[in-house]
Amino acid sequence: MKTFGGPALFLDRSDINTDEIIPAKYLTEITKEALKPYILEDLKLAGFDPKGETLKQARVIVSRANFGCGSSREHAPWVFEVNGINTVIAQSFARIFRQNMFNCGMLAIELPQADLERLFSLAGNDDARICIDIEAQSLALDAGGKTEEFVFQLSPFDKALVMAGGWVDYADRNY
Amino acid sequence: MPKTIAEKIFESHLVDEPFPGTKVLRLDVVLCHEITTPIAIDDLVRRNKDRVFDSTKIKAVIDHVTPSKDSKTATQAKILRDWARRHDIPDFFDIGANGVCHALFPEKGFIRPGYTVIMGDSHTCTHGAFGAFAAGIGTTDLEVGILKGVCAFRQPKTIRFNVIGQLPTGVYAKDVILHIIGRIGVNGATDRVMEFHGDTIAAMTMDSRMALCNMAIEAGGTSGICMPDMTTVDYLWPFISDEFESKEAALAEYGKWCSDPDASYEQVIDIDVTNLEPTVTFGYKPDQVKPVTELAGTKVDQIYLGSCTNGRLEDLRIAAGILKGKKLAPHVRGILSPATPKVYQEALKEGLMEIFMEAGFCITNPTCGACLGMSNGVLAEGEVCAATTNRNFMGRMGKGGMVHLMSPATAAASAIEGVIADPRKYL
Repeated sequence: MKTFGGPALFLDRSDINTDEIIPAKYLTEITKEALKPYILEDLKLAGFDPKGETLKQARVIVSRANFGCGSSREHAPWVFEVNGINTVIAQSFARIFRQNMFNCGMLAIELPQADLERLFSLAGNDDARICIDIEAQSLALDAGGKTEEFVFQLSPFDKALVMAGGWVDYADRNY
Repeated sequence: MPKTIAEKIFESHLVDEPFPGTKVLRLDVVLCHEITTPIAIDDLVRRNKDRVFDSTKIKAVIDHVTPSKDSKTATQAKILRDWARRHDIPDFFDIGANGVCHALFPEKGFIRPGYTVIMGDSHTCTHGAFGAFAAGIGTTDLEVGILKGVCAFRQPKTIRFNVIGQLPTGVYAKDVILHIIGRIGVNGATDRVMEFHGDTIAAMTMDSRMALCNMAIEAGGTSGICMPDMTTVDYLWPFISDEFESKEAALAEYGKWCSDPDASYEQVIDIDVTNLEPTVTFGYKPDQVKPVTELAGTKVDQIYLGSCTNGRLEDLRIAAGILKGKKLAPHVRGILSPATPKVYQEALKEGLMEIFMEAGFCITNPTCGACLGMSNGVLAEGEVCAATTNRNFMGRMGKGGMVHLMSPATAAASAIEGVIADPRKYL
């Protein structure tokens, strides 16, 4: 099983799509590793620099509604994976992106809007870290010397996929 | 208990329910293309599991970048080609026989009512036009599909759309789906099946139903589904005439996949198209839509006719009907990508290609091309395209480019004027 949590990057926008996460022109690559330099290359967002240190350090991305809409390309979770990002937290996800995350043994955590507002309001620091406890289904944001805890829901199937390390291993064992 | 079509398909294909609400389904068809499949193949080889669950249920095409544009895309094509040969996949379509997946596979008769269909491509929902449960999935789901012939889905919830009224002149299935997406938003149907009913849908051709279902994903929908009827049977008849005594017998069989009249829905949305106008997107999300009259006059640099949404024969006929005897505005480039070799051939026979060429269009081979900015027809920074495609994300057709989604008729009218234009004055 992968480990989860770490420095967080906050992307304050809804509907961040798969073309913004990894532009289609890079889908000609046939290894996950080759995608690494192009993460979030086309995302235009005030204060966000795809070449910046915050993204390089990030292990968790926090965003808004409908994250990962658009293409079915699993290159979107893969470009996160090869850049060390293991978790995306959002108010909601596009179905295919969300399933792709769990299929890769990664976490796509949905939080209610109020919790997300709280996360964003606490996150005005570059030192924001998020610790995740899958068993307890809780996460803690550590920012500006303060810590705050949140609980999240995880379906038993999604949890089983994460524990198995992904859908291929799970399916191989069961079907 | 009354059921929706998706509930019936789920029940009949259920392999396992590992946890409440999670259904593992047996797959009837696994579709593949060269962009998302090679990594699945590589991983299967690496795991020493280079097998396929049933070579006759796997269909593969090279369509996103074809002919290959560079060494990388040539490698992707080679991986798929070698794999198809290695496993004796009979339905593999390469250069000369290849076309846009969601147009080619239905045209070959591969999709039937009641089927479960997956593909590593978000617009797989197109195949719901046949009364199938068809869903886009990622490469890992594809890999398991290829190896085991199963895929996991959440128990579907369904939104029913009752679409009624006769479509006004110049208004098409594309306008209907753009209107619906505008109404419910880009995540209005996330994790939901979008079921299309009503006399408007009943009157639609299969080409139109595919255009409609194709964009269900742009509202977040898992699948768009139309009820199988005589239009479906007529379309499939060349492929099923050996299986049934008559079309009526086929209809009776396929009719069992229709939703029960008293099935329960999460939501029912009524849409009257009687006064619907040609509809165009204006921003970077497919739910940002306006009547064409509000956007008329917006300058465009390129017209793109094609894609899995609107590259079928019906679309070419509509566009050619408007372009006949006309020329592209001097400052615009016109690109036409017929979706399949058959569409290309039929359009040639009907004289449509001559109309497009006389108008000044560049005609490419069948391919996904400009739609996702991977192949021919990419926009430069600051350029604007009037397109019959399905997605207008920022930079979709090329970094810094802007896409307005519209029907083939609106695109044809825009080609003549060089600005977004109302097709109704040409009809």
